[in-house]
Amino acid sequence: MSTKIPLVPENIKPLPALKENEGMLSWVASVDHKQIGIMYLLASMVFFVIGGIEALVIRIQLAQPEFDFISPEVYNQMFTMHGTTMIFFVVMPFLIGVGVYLVPLMIGARDMAFPRLNALSFWLVIFGGILLYYSFFTQSGASEVGWFAYAPLSEKPFSLNKGPTYWVLGLLAVGISSVASGLNNIVTILTMRIKGMTIRRLPLFVWMILVTSFLLVFVIPVIASAFAMMLLDRLLGATFFTPAHGGSAILWQHFFWGFGHPEVYILILPAFGIISEVIPVFSRKPIFGYEFVAGSTVAIGLLSVGVWAHHMFAVGLGNVANLYFSLASMLIAIPTGVKVLNWVATMWGGKIYFATPMLFAVAFIIEFVMGGLTGVAIASAPIDWVVTDSYFIVAHFHYVLYGGSLFAIFAGVYYWFPKFTGRMMSETLGKWHFWLTIVGFNMTFFIQHFLGVMGMPRRTYTYQDFPYWGSMNLVSTIGALILALSILVFIWNIFVSLRSGKEAGNNPWHAWTLEWATSSPPAVHNFDLVPPVRGRRPLWDLEHPDTPDEPNAKVV
Amino acid sequence: MENLGGIFNPSSPEMEAMAGLTYYIIGISVVILGIIVVAVTYIIIRYRKQHGDNSEPFQNFGDLRLEIVWTLIPIAIVAVLFQLTCSTMRAVDPPIGDHEPDIVVTGHQWWWEIYYPKSGVITANEVHVPVGKNLLLRIESIDVIHDFWVPELARKIDAIPGHPNHIWLSASEAGVYLGACAEFCGTQHANMRIRLIAQTEEEFNEWQKQELVIPQTPRAGLTGKGAQLFQTKACMNCHTILGTPAAARIGPNLTHLNKRQTIGAGVLTNSPENLAKWLADPQKYKQGSLMPNMKLTESEVKAIVAYLEALK
Repeated sequence: MSTKIPLVPENIKPLPALKENEGMLSWVASVDHKQIGIMYLLASMVFFVIGGIEALVIRIQLAQPEFDFISPEVYNQMFTMHGTTMIFFVVMPFLIGVGVYLVPLMIGARDMAFPRLNALSFWLVIFGGILLYYSFFTQSGASEVGWFAYAPLSEKPFSLNKGPTYWVLGLLAVGISSVASGLNNIVTILTMRIKGMTIRRLPLFVWMILVTSFLLVFVIPVIASAFAMMLLDRLLGATFFTPAHGGSAILWQHFFWGFGHPEVYILILPAFGIISEVIPVFSRKPIFGYEFVAGSTVAIGLLSVGVWAHHMFAVGLGNVANLYFSLASMLIAIPTGVKVLNWVATMWGGKIYFATPMLFAVAFIIEFVMGGLTGVAIASAPIDWVVTDSYFIVAHFHYVLYGGSLFAIFAGVYYWFPKFTGRMMSETLGKWHFWLTIVGFNMTFFIQHFLGVMGMPRRTYTYQDFPYWGSMNLVSTIGALILALSILVFIWNIFVSLRSGKEAGNNPWHAWTLEWATSSPPAVHNFDLVPPVRGRRPLWDLEHPDTPDEPNAKVV
Repeated sequence: MENLGGIFNPSSPEMEAMAGLTYYIIGISVVILGIIVVAVTYIIIRYRKQHGDNSEPFQNFGDLRLEIVWTLIPIAIVAVLFQLTCSTMRAVDPPIGDHEPDIVVTGHQWWWEIYYPKSGVITANEVHVPVGKNLLLRIESIDVIHDFWVPELARKIDAIPGHPNHIWLSASEAGVYLGACAEFCGTQHANMRIRLIAQTEEEFNEWQKQELVIPQTPRAGLTGKGAQLFQTKACMNCHTILGTPAAARIGPNLTHLNKRQTIGAGVLTNSPENLAKWLADPQKYKQGSLMPNMKLTESEVKAIVAYLEALK
């Protein structure tokens, strides 16, 4: 037998030994995927609070027409930093962090393929966050050109402050981090699965992380190169995106959305993964149509790179381009619809236990379908011409990103907290959190659909006193305050449960994937013994030896 | 519903087509959402775990026929939606052929220049159009990207430097239609408003005739002092007044300012008192505006206001 060259080489230098109880240093110097995962979650929590405060400032300024709470410059900084923070420093690090923690456990591996690279990815996010937020302390404050940084507004003659430069540098750091963790995930999932864990038996969360990682590797370089070009423009006087000197303003938009639309799926696919784990466990049934849920993810991933210009229907690209991008965008509704119906079918005929993770997962279906349906509507160019850049769009993507990604994140936290910490989260506080979120979230964002079609543009620090605009905005602001309260309950729940939550045991939810086979929290080396994998639900097979998922599976 | 504005009061054939499509799609969406909500509610009630029941339910792994059905249904819906998209697009945005634009709208940070190439009229922020006529607008930008949006009349269209765009625009009924810039364009994006004034053919022609009048420059009195100040106090570096050496196009053309309804692209209603307030400190009403505070004394303000009001 010829010797195979291993894809993941053995470490020449041994990894730093993990000794327990070494205090802060054992975290800062850690290359353990679980510690890095936890640090990702904590970092995204901190940024979530910062981004949330920015959102509240925005909503207070808009509580009344012609309100004078903050200046236009500060308002523009707030919505720029709110969007940037929530996307790059909250949802992405959270989902990547949960992935880093769970992927090796779910596939029965000891760690990620490249543990040091994993640590580098994490610290680059922190470094990027510091660069971004340092801009508040420069002379004229943070970037005020929006998270989309459209040229030429973001270019030298129109933005002379240093904010956008720090913004670009911070996001470049995060971009490098994302490509690195994408590669790390791909290699880990493809090469480090335990015997028996075939691709067709991968937990769906791992499937979604795999597709997301491919997206990261393919689309982040697009924006990273555009960032480099913008840096050249801003610092060295290049003119890639300045029409006055022969550059193109529209080119920036193609680069930005060429990354920006797949980014939406980078933010939602792992969330789909969380939902695809939570719903079966709490319905006590396997996922309905595993192949279709996994396959539709691949379809979404492929389609997502060919739809970017639906963010540019108002640019005037011509009707041929507009029609193509309308159709391509609408097609995404098909695999997404397949997913939603499979989740509903999974619950059908189950015995559903409504613990907090399941409450968020079920609410996710409804809220996400809302955001998805408005998404299909605005894929149609003539509808987009009516509602784009209005509050309708603000409502739409908050239904996808809050009602979708964040609801799934909450479901994931309540579901895996026992595994991460060994303690259960409080169900009472969890239900308070859930109901406050439902009320606050819908109150904040549902009404914005109407403001949008009535003609309220986005990104305006003030608005005139048109009929109902003031009262509708006030409702939205009160909703945002309720939402803030729900987050306080959530954070309080984490603190209380860490100190005095019920002992969880290895598998409090009677779940079926491998991470539940080890102790809570898992030992440094993850598993003493990995149970045999002869199907998609190894722990079900272990518990029900008479009715295994795959009765004819070979015993390895 | 009219006073809700926007999609609730479509006032042109183009907007009616787009609003119709929007209502139609929202209708379909509500039905789909309703089906999902009803199904999930039924499941929540029917399949809730009973207390003390610890048995596992029937383990159902999927059903190929169902998967095919619920793949085909969305395909059918998308097909219908796409067909409607095509037809609406054709109605709203027909090819311009070799038509010359009736109006050229140029976005500036943070105001609009309105130019009528056929008559030569140049005004700002207020677009006068004759009722019922289908006009071709050419949308340009001098600096950053803006977006021309009058919600009750037309689609949004970006004003992009180096990339002129065209839209068709008409108003079915006379009246004032409010609009605004819809693409974030910097500090005062919020106060870059549009007033579209649709009038009868005669009123429109009369307005155009008045706009073309080159006013006499007063030589004496308060207005004469104002005229002199206008030329010496750097006003002329940015603004145009026909019949004087002031011919710059950085700020709005002020020749017939006194006939406009607002000042500062919509921040103040146009009256001599408000004009005086604006001249004394534009940054107070439009912080970040490119019009600096010229540190005019009270009497200078008075004189310039008198001059601008006297231009007829």
